[in-house]
Amino acid sequence: MSAIGENRLHTDPGIDSHPLPASAGAGAGAGGSGAAVGSTPLQRQAATTIFQKGAPGRRAFQCPELDVPEVDPEQLLPAHLRRQSPALLPEVSEPEIVRHYVGLSKRNFDLDSGFYPLGSCTMKHNPRLHERAAALPGHSRLHPLQDAERSQGALELMWNLQSALAEISGLPHVSLQPSAGSHGELAGVLLTRAYHEDRGQTRHKVLTPDTAHGTNPATVTMAGLEVVKVATGPHGGVDIDDLRAKADEDVACLMLTNPNTLGLFDPSIAEIAEIVHGVGATLYYDGANLNAVMGLSRPGDMGFDIVHFNLHKSFTQPHGGGGPGSGPIAVSDRIAPFLPVPVLTRSHDGSFALEEDPEGPGSKSIGRLRGFQGNYGCFVRSYAYICSLGADGLRDASETAVLNANYLLARLREQPIAEHLPLAYGELCMHEFVLSGGPMKRALGIKTLDLAKRLLDFGFHPPTVYFPLLVEEALMVEPTETETKETLDSFAQAIAAILAEAAEDPSLAAEAPYSTPVRRLDEVGAAKNPVIRETLG
Amino acid sequence: MAQASYPEDLLYHPEHDWARIEQGDAALATLGITWYAQDSLGEVVFFDPPAVGLTLTKDSPYAEVESVKAVSDVVAPLSGEIVEVNDALSQNPALINEDPYGEGWLVKVRLADPGECDALLDAASYSAALGG
Amino acid sequence: MLAAIGVGSLQEIFDRQIPEGVRLRRELDLPAGRGEQDVYEHLRELAERNVSCEQEISFLGAGMYDHYVPAIIDMLTERSEFLTPYTPYQPEISQGGLQVMFEYQTAISELTGLPVSNASTYEGPSAVAAAGYLAKLHNQRTKFVLSAGLHPHSIQTLRTYAHGYGMQVVEVPLRDGVTDPDAWAAAIDADTSAAIFAQPNFYGAVEDAAALSAAAKAAGTASGAAHAPVVICQVDPIALGVLAPPGSCGVDVAVGEGQSLGNRLDFGGPSFGMFAAREEYLRRMPGRIAGQTNDVDGRRGFVLTLQTREQHIRREKATSNICTAQALNALAGVVYLTWLGRRGLVELGELLLARTHYARECLASIDGVHKLHEQPVVREFAVRIDADVHAVRRRCLEQGVNPGVDLHALSGRPEDRGGLLVAITERRSRADIDRLAELLSAAVAAERRVAVPA
Repeated sequence: MSAIGENRLHTDPGIDSHPLPASAGAGAGAGGSGAAVGSTPLQRQAATTIFQKGAPGRRAFQCPELDVPEVDPEQLLPAHLRRQSPALLPEVSEPEIVRHYVGLSKRNFDLDSGFYPLGSCTMKHNPRLHERAAALPGHSRLHPLQDAERSQGALELMWNLQSALAEISGLPHVSLQPSAGSHGELAGVLLTRAYHEDRGQTRHKVLTPDTAHGTNPATVTMAGLEVVKVATGPHGGVDIDDLRAKADEDVACLMLTNPNTLGLFDPSIAEIAEIVHGVGATLYYDGANLNAVMGLSRPGDMGFDIVHFNLHKSFTQPHGGGGPGSGPIAVSDRIAPFLPVPVLTRSHDGSFALEEDPEGPGSKSIGRLRGFQGNYGCFVRSYAYICSLGADGLRDASETAVLNANYLLARLREQPIAEHLPLAYGELCMHEFVLSGGPMKRALGIKTLDLAKRLLDFGFHPPTVYFPLLVEEALMVEPTETETKETLDSFAQAIAAILAEAAEDPSLAAEAPYSTPVRRLDEVGAAKNPVIRETLG
Repeated sequence: MAQASYPEDLLYHPEHDWARIEQGDAALATLGITWYAQDSLGEVVFFDPPAVGLTLTKDSPYAEVESVKAVSDVVAPLSGEIVEVNDALSQNPALINEDPYGEGWLVKVRLADPGECDALLDAASYSAALGG
Repeated sequence: MLAAIGVGSLQEIFDRQIPEGVRLRRELDLPAGRGEQDVYEHLRELAERNVSCEQEISFLGAGMYDHYVPAIIDMLTERSEFLTPYTPYQPEISQGGLQVMFEYQTAISELTGLPVSNASTYEGPSAVAAAGYLAKLHNQRTKFVLSAGLHPHSIQTLRTYAHGYGMQVVEVPLRDGVTDPDAWAAAIDADTSAAIFAQPNFYGAVEDAAALSAAAKAAGTASGAAHAPVVICQVDPIALGVLAPPGSCGVDVAVGEGQSLGNRLDFGGPSFGMFAAREEYLRRMPGRIAGQTNDVDGRRGFVLTLQTREQHIRREKATSNICTAQALNALAGVVYLTWLGRRGLVELGELLLARTHYARECLASIDGVHKLHEQPVVREFAVRIDADVHAVRRRCLEQGVNPGVDLHALSGRPEDRGGLLVAITERRSRADIDRLAELLSAAVAAERRVAVPA
């Protein structure tokens, strides 16, 4: 088996003589025939790609007719610039496309179908109104370079969204440009650098807690700075002594989320802000956990200088199986001059415009982070959400998220669960909590991974596993506010059932799942011999 | 290799790398990662060998070992120049797990300063440091 | 529930965790919540104050284009199973999404002629910056050389990122509408980490990609540097039905804006970025990658692989910091390519070539309108107008036709004053083009009279 699917372009003799692709069901791969093993219908259906389907001549697209005079092809595009043989895209009809992709959709678990308590991801219901609103042609068929006078609706929507995010965060200046949370983080670190450079200082270090989300350290490196880890104290918050020791004039920024990835609100946040600001550094808020505090506490009031939001978390932009997202940022007055361009402005007559160069030659902006003005489709949905909930609704959402998390935690702290999956830190939690599977591993012989896989058989998406790294065999649970008490109860029952099973027979979880479209997959093999495309021809 | 093992004839660096000085040539050493390192990483899926001729600086990383769950720096326990690289690892990186001190060796180095060996740990000290 | 938790009230949960000093003791200063009907009306009213491609015949382009998106894409991207799951961290229940990624990677690899593709990045310009980062990690050199033919947003984004990860940026001018070959070769040397150009370029011109790649490699190794710079090409995917793909032109990394492939305009996003490369860069690729494997029973399946490169495992050593990518938009992309099919992509390209040529000839025959260059074009071209572009555009807009992008307003380059960038898609018929020519002719004539009073 070749390591990487070969590119067959140079050997393809031409579009008409191309042979049929390998027949469906042959099932590539070193392990076996891949066909007809298993007891559920989806398991019996071997995975075949769209490239293995179709036949020469089939098509879905009907090209519009050539309605302009024909011209000698050489005059249009000289031969040496032309493609010599076509991309080996499939030749399929519309019904085949629909059947194929609808079929694939049935091999996916999703939030509409079941409980999805992935910690740090905020898997809350995606209201369908948002799809209808976003599909309106005035939003969806609007070209990004349309003149400002002809896109006032869009610009007003963005302005209103900015204002709402400013109010929710407590920081007045917002940019909607970053494409996702990690993009917002990059913006934040670049802003911090620009702020210090503007004051004639070159600082090299960014402090992040050892419980930080993975994108934080990666972002810092991309922005040309160095990561320094800050320890977590015995109660799960930042170790203040360690922070004091490490906070010096070479520190540009401390990146934090509050509540943190253990689901705990750091009670020392005011002191943390004082220490960081005391050495002239900035304080950056990772908004991944904003769902816990909307309307209850604001990062700006906690002392943060820069906040990023994940519209695909708290603000119901659907996750889409891994995007799109959107990661707007809000900053304090002292950081505002450095915000990326374009900047949305409002003139005295109330009209809006996107300014590419609002400050002119003296501009301190860090520049552009991407094309055009950001993921407007996500703005429409998030704005609809904020309009739907309003001030009281947003607060209610956070309160309910925290209530649900504490309730589920309480259920999971009952015996016999608690002795095997103790809470790693704290007593109460905010919107999520982290359990440790260490005792379970030692007493019952099954790991957090096995528990997660067995949960799949019970129809639940497992919580986040093995994060944060600080907790042994971590299990991070975030139910969100859109789940009912009944769902939380049945989840707790499932956990209890799995633990009881494991006490009798640990192999049950160790070899789970059994009922999913495929069973446990060989991830080592995938990494050793990566096959990342279909081999064609 | 299922059981932890730290051969007595090797020298160890606290960043979980070992060195074997050649019998009969005090300036030639074979380097690799310890049982503890490969156990922490899990099954190794990829080792990108550094080039022959590359200069190693003691305590600095010179290569990476990649498993499904992590990428780890390989730190040079001693300074010198790479004279040979273990080509078998490109086909079978799992040798690093199976035989970390034998077939799973990474590079052979002509040492710049054999005196640096004095700063390394013996098997007893290294395993004591782990156990602590 | 409160009893189970062991508290007397909901507020107690917050009182015990949030210090009073940071507790918000007032309601957020936002309007009250509204019902679905009201919210919908509000969103609809905002939509009506935008002039979309539904309300005017639009020749706007410059990176995003008004292509026809088939109905099956709406249907598939709205399905719960594709719309609402998270990134596939539990592969056993995510085979649908993972297989979509695998198919997408295959399609992009075919399109670009490069063996390795990731599962998408955010969009075009930041993909260019990510490719630059790959080059920097690969060869640790200090300079990017880029063609002025890159989209201005790509150039600006690359500059922002490059300032962050510490690279010098050198811009090579165009000559006769394409990258100046002498200046290109002169600018590239042993310090060059990456040489970057666009295909077609921002002004619509088809570059000689093979010549640029070869020249970059030659110039970069001339002084004896062991390795050539990484050649990066930002390519328009729609054009790859008819243009020689980057992989067969010596390009190392091909990136591009994917919006044309089955995604809405959406006032600029979300869309997706393509990212494909030669095999040797596999372990430096940013973003997610789906890989094929087997399960314990031998079934073919897919997993996210090489995740050590990604942020959540490799942390400081990650090749990028991308967590969420653009999975749903990439789904739209692969479905679109499947819908076009092997022949359809070629036919679409041929249609665009013909109509774009026709449009350029029509406009260039107008008194006071000149081609900006004589290079071949595929789906977009630039003209220079001997009149105030802003005023000319205004006249056309009043008649329901958007004639294209004011070049100078977008690029900021003094030499682009008077420039108009005109994009052609399959939705712009001959009749539309004729109407554009008619209106533009009248507008230019009127504005020239205004500029030179009798």
